[in-house]
Amino acid sequence: MGQDQNPVLRVSNLEVTYYTDLGRARALDDVSFTLNAGEKLGMVGESGSGKSTLALAMMRMIKPPGRIEGGKVEIGGIDLMSLSEEDMRQARLSKIAYIPQGAMNSLNPVTRIGSQLVDAIRSHGIKDSRAQVEERCVTALKSVDLDPAVFRMYPHELSGGMKQRVCIAIGILLQPQVIIADEPTSALDVVTQRQVMETIDRVKDQIKAAVILIGHDMGLMAQFVDRVAVMYSGRLVEVSTTREMFTSPVHPYAAALISSLPNLENKGVFQGIPGLAPSLLRLPGGCSFHPRCDKVMDICKTTRPQTRRVQGDRLVTCHLYNEEA
Amino acid sequence: MANLLELRHVSKTYSRGLINTKSTVALQDISLTLKEDEPTIMTVAGESGSGKTTLAMLLLGFITPSTGQIIYRGRDITTLEGEDRLAFRREVQAVFQDPFAVFNPFYTVDHLLTVPIKQFKLAKSASEARAKMDDALKAVGLRPEDVLGRFPHQLSGGQRQRINVARALLLKPRLLIADEPVSMVDASLRASILETLRNLQRDHGVSIIYITHDLTTAYHIAKSIIVLYRGGVMEAGDVDQVIKSPQHPYTRLLVDSIPWPTLDQRWGSDTIKAREAGGSSVGCPFRSRCPMAMEQCKTQPPLYQIKQKQAAACYLHAEHSSIAAERLSELLPVKSELEA
Repeated sequence: MGQDQNPVLRVSNLEVTYYTDLGRARALDDVSFTLNAGEKLGMVGESGSGKSTLALAMMRMIKPPGRIEGGKVEIGGIDLMSLSEEDMRQARLSKIAYIPQGAMNSLNPVTRIGSQLVDAIRSHGIKDSRAQVEERCVTALKSVDLDPAVFRMYPHELSGGMKQRVCIAIGILLQPQVIIADEPTSALDVVTQRQVMETIDRVKDQIKAAVILIGHDMGLMAQFVDRVAVMYSGRLVEVSTTREMFTSPVHPYAAALISSLPNLENKGVFQGIPGLAPSLLRLPGGCSFHPRCDKVMDICKTTRPQTRRVQGDRLVTCHLYNEEA
Repeated sequence: MANLLELRHVSKTYSRGLINTKSTVALQDISLTLKEDEPTIMTVAGESGSGKTTLAMLLLGFITPSTGQIIYRGRDITTLEGEDRLAFRREVQAVFQDPFAVFNPFYTVDHLLTVPIKQFKLAKSASEARAKMDDALKAVGLRPEDVLGRFPHQLSGGQRQRINVARALLLKPRLLIADEPVSMVDASLRASILETLRNLQRDHGVSIIYITHDLTTAYHIAKSIIVLYRGGVMEAGDVDQVIKSPQHPYTRLLVDSIPWPTLDQRWGSDTIKAREAGGSSVGCPFRSRCPMAMEQCKTQPPLYQIKQKQAAACYLHAEHSSIAAERLSELLPVKSELEA
């Protein structure tokens, strides 16, 4: 878990801006983090905090009016941002795979599951025999607990959870080093959710990939990930191990997020975070969380906080920790 | 004491195909009573395909039961006509899952509030209508000047969902059917919407049927709970008892699968059997997935009353006395222990 190991993924100073008619919206602002092989990182934040933009930026799938303004995404030492368009296409799925939100609706309804899997392999220039490719697809389906018969089925013959597992199977087909799962279970019920998460966990171990789980369900994070990263209006405000995050969050926003969680003890207590997330077009000056922060100081209104390392390996972007660094 | 709503042995079967008709039982023999003068919050919980949404559609009168009756304030809702039907439409309101889908993107959000005011003639003048809208929006914690005149895409999911609650509030309903109202809303806004719903029950005397698969929020907001699986009642009772000590193997699986946001409560480690498509319609619907299934389970188990306010339809509890399905409501507390 330490940052000093050789990480499989290194994201540094990633910046994305959307140029809209109403002005520039900085959706990702100086985002840096690393991830080790086999590690599970949770990425949490409110809608519009930049979680999905981060995933798309790492896949280089940001579409206009959005633009990646700078930064690096290195996998095994290779910067994805410097690849040609064709090399990047090859890298998707073989180095870095993305399981989008509502992935089950991304399957082609008029094509059999099997040919969608075969397609993924063929489009990466793999020239194995047909039997070998099919064998590989069936193995992938089995690894996500699906019957090989699914290979010949159409998407409408499968339940939501099964379709989600097909998408995971596509994601792991080419054994990528990094898997990004964007709210993979938000449309599923609790029992299916647990099955899908257990599937992701198991296949991750098989192919020794690192997983980034994007979502806003802190319960799922507590159960699944090793480290949690909290985003707020395009910035990473805290990155800590799951235990540290849930027992002693350091950033005031992370603390508010943790204390708003329901558990068995505080029945009937509803504690939301006051105020609304700011619009990216009109971010407050200084620290963008300051209007909602209960520990706000004068400096927060004028100066942008820097990300610092505190208490060993934790990252925090808050003026409260200026002296500790 | 008058009954607000009464379900008498309600079943709903969907059929498809003309010649080889296949039928799916979406809801099987549900009897339920809500009292008029005791507003409560009742949760109906279950995974996809358990019949939760069918129940919501039945209660709203969008579909009719295959057998059984739904009685609203003494009258069968399928026979309501004219003014009575209009009154029913006003008094029974709904908040749906998707806060994006209910808005027409071409109109400002005011439309959602002004249409019911006109339709039900709630205001005599434009200024009275405006005052009513302002009050309803304030009651759900929105500033009218922040949202009125805006288009749906300019508002967040949480704001839109609260406008839906405000619309329901505007009509002063007696019963609110909330079908997964917070499942698509950010965690930080979930708390405030749930609080709005609870205040609606506590301060405005509205009964709420809260339909969800999320037992965490059910536990926090509801007084009683009914757990459905494939259209049948598996367990019912006081929400505290059912969630803290589930008695039916299915409820145990559900509770075990809740991702609690604490590090001390981990997901259960026992493997989950996948749900089979179809399945037989006789006997306990859960038996194909149940780790404790017995020979006996091929016949439908009755509800066994385990505690005063908890019953489970499972032969594991056959030592307790059984309770007839139509007396289900007796198991459901109106108030939680804390309030009582």
